Amino acid sequence: MRRVDPVLQLLGPIALIGIAALVGMIVSTSAETYVINALVNVAIVVALYVFIGNSGVLSFGHISFVAVGAWAAGVLSMPVEEKPAIMPHLASLLRDHTLGNVWSLALAAAVGAAYALVVGLPLMRLSGLGAGIATFGVLEITHNVLRYWEKIGPGLNTFSAVPETTGLLQASLGAMLAVVVAFAYRRSRFGRLLGATREDATAARAVGVSVYRQRLIAFVLSGTLAGFAGGLYVHLLPVNTESVYLDLTFITLAMLVIGGATSLWGAVVGALAVSAVDSFLAEAESGIHVFGQSLDLPAGTRIVVVGALMALVLILRPAGLTGGRELAFRQRRPLRVLTKFAK
Amino acid sequence: MTVAVLGIDWQTLADAIGLGAIYALMAVGIGLVFGVLRLVNFAYGQLVMAGAYALAFASERGWPVSVGIVLCFAVVLALSALMDQIVFRPLRGQSPAVMLVATFAVAFLLQSIALLWFGPLGKISASLATLNQPVTISGVDIRKIAIVATVLAAGCLLLLVVLLGRTRVGLHMRAAAMDFRTAELLGVRAGRVIGAAVLISGLLAAVVAVMLTVQTPLVTPDFALRDTILVLAGVVLGGMNRLVPATLGGFAIGFASGLLGGALPTDQSQYLPSFLFAAVILVLLVRPGGLFTREGQQAVERV
Repeated sequence: MRRVDPVLQLLGPIALIGIAALVGMIVSTSAETYVINALVNVAIVVALYVFIGNSGVLSFGHISFVAVGAWAAGVLSMPVEEKPAIMPHLASLLRDHTLGNVWSLALAAAVGAAYALVVGLPLMRLSGLGAGIATFGVLEITHNVLRYWEKIGPGLNTFSAVPETTGLLQASLGAMLAVVVAFAYRRSRFGRLLGATREDATAARAVGVSVYRQRLIAFVLSGTLAGFAGGLYVHLLPVNTESVYLDLTFITLAMLVIGGATSLWGAVVGALAVSAVDSFLAEAESGIHVFGQSLDLPAGTRIVVVGALMALVLILRPAGLTGGRELAFRQRRPLRVLTKFAK
Repeated sequence: MTVAVLGIDWQTLADAIGLGAIYALMAVGIGLVFGVLRLVNFAYGQLVMAGAYALAFASERGWPVSVGIVLCFAVVLALSALMDQIVFRPLRGQSPAVMLVATFAVAFLLQSIALLWFGPLGKISASLATLNQPVTISGVDIRKIAIVATVLAAGCLLLLVVLLGRTRVGLHMRAAAMDFRTAELLGVRAGRVIGAAVLISGLLAAVVAVMLTVQTPLVTPDFALRDTILVLAGVVLGGMNRLVPATLGGFAIGFASGLLGGALPTDQSQYLPSFLFAAVILVLLVRPGGLFTREGQQAVERV
């Protein structure tokens, strides 16, 4: 059975994404948008998992990488003739060039990686609360700069006119790609070393693991995936600075925590489960019929429910829905340290 | 009459001190609870927000100021006790990061409840608006609220010093903040200490609510959210593990925020959050244990 488990750990999440994509194919067009959005969320949450789940260090700053990825892909894939209307102050290099869909996604990933490297080089020395506050600072700075620096993007405007290429196919392929990368990393030497530092930093250091270097590697990889997911996001719907800020930070962290931060399976399950609840409530806010009853919830119910869910899961089941475990044929003894975050 | 340096006038200076004083009170509220529970309360700002809504509620109905303030205290204290019972208690023993994420969720929950309840447009709390008018002291105009905030904060801090230094409960709280297990073994009652910390922290949130609504009379669901983020940064910056450094950190970030906001030219002041948080990150990197802690008190380990 043990030899089969790794295969299951990869195929489980992939299959789940496939099922979500199938659901997206059979439902109505308006519901399809929710499914695509959920799949992009999977990519973001898997990116979060690569760093937070494997290192146990909290980061509030990952949505910054999603934001710069979205900016890079959005600015460079908007048709040249549309740019002056939305981004009148754009630097000439960005104004005169346009990239195709795939290249813009690759660029988003590259920009995410570069930014994560710049941020991670100093910040990975911190842990615990210091890391939490410092990454929050990164989010604030990124949001602030993107909002007002009109040479590199639309500033307060919204990325309308970006080609909407993130359909069901691109979103599910993107989410699967993120899962494969995360899985490969987790199974690699680096992933295992970082996992060791999460469980016991002192012991890991004693056998010669550089906690700093391992965390930095994971941070850059997770920044790459987050930037890529940002590219998917900007090709899905008109993004602005507010859509890649506190609300997205909150909801993606909630997905990771509700699913179970320490496993890839948990990240995917959490992202899809919370997205499902969230989409259902979003529909209900505009009025739907369920089991013959008409349900019409006031606007804002979504975040109340998701916030309550997240608090409940943290209180009742701190390791998340999946218990932070990967998928396995045989249930092993539950690990005690699964929710451990670095102190 | 202006101070020559950087074009900062006395008005800006007074406002910065006033803001620093308010942030210092918030820092104490967060620091006290952290001391006994090891819990960073991200939802502290939502206590302030609830108090501000209570004030706006009273002001809209034309109730006298005193009734509004009493209502504000009642709402904030009730919510604070509720938060302790429902959220903090079951989370005891978790790592600080887990608790930070949990209170992050509670903050969003309360904020969206406010959004559902009162709508996104906000309510006006105008009953104390007269405090915004300036008084003239030797030719310098200073807003009354800056003076009131500074005096009130100084008074609160003084009371707190007396409480912590001269009373039994204060002694117990300090002991619990230093080492909860040992303090319990020596006969400190955990429930009472935690209750006292939550109560005082709630009282401070109510005071802050009253003063912030004078500065910003428009109460929206994200009221005090910005301030909480800044104060949290200030508290970590000053040194989370001790109350005095945490308070100084809160004051410093409020003062810096007020001063920079006044001193930066308009086209740069939009980047104020970037300057502030860049400074915070820099300090965290150079002194991860806190800016105002002495060597040897630093509990933080670098990797």
